[in-house]
Amino acid sequence: MKHLTTPLTAEDLEVLRVGDRVLLSGAIYTARDAAHARLIDLLTEGRNLPFNIEGQVIYYAGPTPEKPGKVIGSAGPTTSYRMDPYTPLLIEKGLKAMIGKGLRSQEVKEAMRQYKAVYLGAVGGAAALISERIQAAELIAYEDLGAEAIRRLVVKDFPLIVVNDIYGGDLYEEGVRQYRKKAKSGREE
Amino acid sequence: MRTIKAEIITQEVARLCQEANFFLGKDVIDEFKAALEREESETGREILEQLIQNANIAGEEQVPMCQDTGFTVVFLELGQDLTVQGNLYSAIQEGVRLGYAEGYLRKSIVEHPFKRKNTGDNTPAIIHTEVVSGDRLKIIVAPKGGGSENMSQIKMLKPADGRQGVKDFVLQVVDEAGPNPCPPIVVGVGIGGTFEKAAYLAKKALLRDLNSAHHEREIAELEQELLFEINQLGIGPAGLGGTTTALGVNIEIFPCHIASLPVAVNLNCHAARHKEVIL
Ligand code: SF4
Repeated sequence: MKHLTTPLTAEDLEVLRVGDRVLLSGAIYTARDAAHARLIDLLTEGRNLPFNIEGQVIYYAGPTPEKPGKVIGSAGPTTSYRMDPYTPLLIEKGLKAMIGKGLRSQEVKEAMRQYKAVYLGAVGGAAALISERIQAAELIAYEDLGAEAIRRLVVKDFPLIVVNDIYGGDLYEEGVRQYRKKAKSGREE
Repeated sequence: MRTIKAEIITQEVARLCQEANFFLGKDVIDEFKAALEREESETGREILEQLIQNANIAGEEQVPMCQDTGFTVVFLELGQDLTVQGNLYSAIQEGVRLGYAEGYLRKSIVEHPFKRKNTGDNTPAIIHTEVVSGDRLKIIVAPKGGGSENMSQIKMLKPADGRQGVKDFVLQVVDEAGPNPCPPIVVGVGIGGTFEKAAYLAKKALLRDLNSAHHEREIAELEQELLFEINQLGIGPAGLGGTTTALGVNIEIFPCHIASLPVAVNLNCHAARHKEVIL
């Protein structure tokens, strides 16, 4: 089990390998498709992002509204591939880790290797459990997007698994290969 | 002629929306536990344990088990001898509005496919109605997550493709979906009918209990065979590798045109939610 605290440095990522269990603490930022589209618009117009992305972590999540007295509602990961078109540019600008679930594109994997960033898997659908690790939540941009707004979360020991490391490893491919007992498949071609 | 007030329907729908999101079905939890015994991957077992824990927390604290509280799909079986005082469909939409507000559920519906502005109350729900004999109303509320819905597919096979063609297509859909629909998944398959009928049957198949089997023996065998072969794909819990990729395969069939063999595969995540009431 490895402990990480944000913001992340290049050295933090060097020790991570595919399949490692990580407990992440510190501030992270939520963003989904709609927020990503706006971030990219800002960058292409040469303007500042609503938060400094250097060394930061983006969590692909759109939580449920919080019940009275709670910090946040249920907040599990959403499927990451929808953010793929926007991701390489954010990585180039200093994004160090993404938290989500599901497959990434070749372009994203290439950008992770080139600019040294990692993709961390959270367990999809374990949203009530994950929420217990979130200590604070603050809306920082795009309130009009509702669940899709950008929130700054402070997490303590958020349980994650390294899916893509900076060396080009991919847990989805390696894990599935290990347990596959059937030759026929769309993915093996 | 029996009558029922629209307000009662609204209240029941509001309750079902919340209960479906808070309380995972016993059949699903039982399958998690059974899978925990069989799963070969250690990571896979850890994830199954987390899912059991997650379901417990959601139930105890009455919070949504998943943040995607879904597109609200409502199935009605309306007895033809029942009269609704008020508008049935408006009563259901109102119930969704109320349930998603009261339960602090996420509002995930946008009003236009391109303009994509959130409707703010999770309406409209999708309502499927079947008229049956009798004077009762059965309401099933099945919130459906986007992650697994997006991985679903339909194909118009040739009659010559037959049983093997259907099997190949189902396996291909599950394999292509990989980790995206939050495995372990439930696989709903609709075979026969027309294009839209097959899709409807696939969704309806997801409502059946995981421990149930199709009443026709040949189809029940196909369900078992598919489940076995899907679990050999290696995708595993959360798609990180393992022997538990699906918890169940449910198939529904319908007569076909002489020229067609439609197959629809509707994937559901482990947050396989549905709650029902008979009024
Ligand atoms: S696919 Fe299901 S379990 Fe996964 S995030 Fe979506 S609704 Fe939740």
